[in-house]
Amino acid sequence: MTLMKSFLGAAATLALTSGAAMAEPAIIFDLGGKFDKSFNESSYNGAERWKAETGGTYRDVELQSDAQREQALRRFAENGFNPIVMAGFSFATALETVAADFPDTKFTIIDMVVDAPNVRSVVFNEHEGSYVVGVAAAYAAKGDTVSFVGGMDIPLISKFACGYAQGFKSVKPEGKVIVNMTGTTPAAWNDPVKGGELTRAQKAAGSEVVFAAAGGTGLGVLQTAADEGMLAIGVDSNQNYLQPGHVLTSMVKRVDNAVYDAFMQGEDLEPGIFVMGLANDGVGAAIDEYNEALITPEMKAAMDDATAKIISGEVVVHDYMTDETCPAY
Amino acid sequence: MSKMPKWADAVLIPLISILIAFFFSGVVIWAIGKDPFVAIKTMVQGAFGSTQGVGYTLYYATNFIFTGLAVAVAYHARLFNIGGEGQATLGGLGVTLVCLAVPWPHWALALPAAMIGGALFGAAWAFIPAWLQAKRGSHIVITTIMFNYIGAALLGYVLLNVLKVPGSMLTESARFPAGAHLPTFHEMLAPFGINFNKNAPANMSFLVAILASVAFYFLIWRTRLGYEIRAYGQSETAAKYAGINPARIVIIAMLISGALAGLMAINNVMGEAERLIDNAVEGAGFIGIAVALMGRNHPIGIFLASILFGFLYQGGAELAFWESIPRELVVVIQALVIMFTGALDNMVRVPLEKLFLAFSKKKEA
Repeated sequence: MTLMKSFLGAAATLALTSGAAMAEPAIIFDLGGKFDKSFNESSYNGAERWKAETGGTYRDVELQSDAQREQALRRFAENGFNPIVMAGFSFATALETVAADFPDTKFTIIDMVVDAPNVRSVVFNEHEGSYVVGVAAAYAAKGDTVSFVGGMDIPLISKFACGYAQGFKSVKPEGKVIVNMTGTTPAAWNDPVKGGELTRAQKAAGSEVVFAAAGGTGLGVLQTAADEGMLAIGVDSNQNYLQPGHVLTSMVKRVDNAVYDAFMQGEDLEPGIFVMGLANDGVGAAIDEYNEALITPEMKAAMDDATAKIISGEVVVHDYMTDETCPAY
Repeated sequence: MSKMPKWADAVLIPLISILIAFFFSGVVIWAIGKDPFVAIKTMVQGAFGSTQGVGYTLYYATNFIFTGLAVAVAYHARLFNIGGEGQATLGGLGVTLVCLAVPWPHWALALPAAMIGGALFGAAWAFIPAWLQAKRGSHIVITTIMFNYIGAALLGYVLLNVLKVPGSMLTESARFPAGAHLPTFHEMLAPFGINFNKNAPANMSFLVAILASVAFYFLIWRTRLGYEIRAYGQSETAAKYAGINPARIVIIAMLISGALAGLMAINNVMGEAERLIDNAVEGAGFIGIAVALMGRNHPIGIFLASILFGFLYQGGAELAFWESIPRELVVVIQALVIMFTGALDNMVRVPLEKLFLAFSKKKEA
């Protein structure tokens, strides 16, 4: 009985302290885990940047199972965390129910649109960034074949592939883009061995540059490209450092900026749909000390030109997800 | 002659094992720089401190009761069914097909139909390894674990090509009709004036699981089939001599086992998610093995062990939420409990037996 009392007492103090404190933000990582060197890690970096700059604290959790999505959202909302950021489109179903139950809590979901008055949906124009790295690939390849390795076969990944193909063909209209997907289940996000095999097969078919948009699978693609003397293009985070001299560039998706902005705005988070593209530095091609030797002045000029034209609207990159077709295949 | 009273075997040994496991868990938590007492408090408070916590604990426990019973049925015939994961996956498919087939008017109609769907699909998935074992001597451990992978691949295929909502990026089926919604504890207890948290996933299936446990007891210890299953398990040659057909017992025991694993889907698919998602079972099939081992293949033991593992799952989640203890460490704690209660059983049993023997000798002397 006394044991029970002390538990209840502890719960009461816990409730009191959490109620009195200023609302802390929280972030929920997807099943891939915080340190996936890609998408989740990028969101983690955004949260850490906010922490370093403001000295604030935030709560985070890595989920173990799908059933915990709604549970985690609800538990954080109940305990007054605000805003709550979710890294990944898989949270959509859970968020739809939870957002309605907590109208005073602000939520941010990345890579998916959830229509609710207290939700900010951040989506990226991946096709624009992919177009730019496609241009780079066209300049880097001596022949006329490049390739793409996707993770799970979903429209979002085809959006990367289609933008890449369009960029490549803007330079080499008669060229060929080989597109392979690793699989059709979430396991395809973490299968570096198969990623490597696909890369090898693409090399045999004549590909010189491979763009991997495949989460953890991409690490195998980058490794194999380095082993086989090809060039690779990384994704989401800046992956240039992973295989120095063999990674042409990385199509960075500034998920960290999305998290940072949400944390910065705190409880006054502005809801709505936010599109992050080339114009507002949401996507882009990474150039740093690991790949500057690979980027020729000519290539750099063409990439800058493509970027400028997309921002000005002179070039419109087709978004695969609008009609699930791609003009460049 | 039994060396120990029955209560010591059934209660004392698991209890001591759990305490040792918690002790080592505490050491591990302390080693990463957290306070083990706060951690334990968080777990207990999170799992039993509110109706929401209890709701989650019982939800997980319901899954484990079904898979634990599934493993236990096969184990009484000395068949080691480690395919609960795959059978429950297929059970989920069966439940989904039933729920989406017609616009169900009321859960009282949908539940029995879904139970039949889940049990049939689960049993069908167990049938092939059972037949291979009975007729071809292919080892059940190997075939059932292989069938877990085939089941996962099959489900991925069906979800993407048949059940997926067109245009959606999520690998999940459409939502079930409102009439297939199972009453949650909140709805079940409201008429009695008890206000149970309305978001906790525990539902009607918990009662089905208890009924299944009772049925399990009668089947194994009160029917001719149960006797045959146990006889075959104790000694195949003796069973044969007594006129029991081994192939028949292997297949029937595995069918019941698969059906019980498949029934789990009324909890996680129909009761909680109300749609079929990829990897909906999430390891409950494997936890069922630990639950059956710990529960000594008896329904009461399985029930208690399921509650314990439900506590570990829900308390573990709370630990990850509030104590910033990484999820890998939560798995370590779960593994320690499995190790001490399942694998290192003799470590506690042998000294305890000696202790009891010494006592009884003293009495005689």
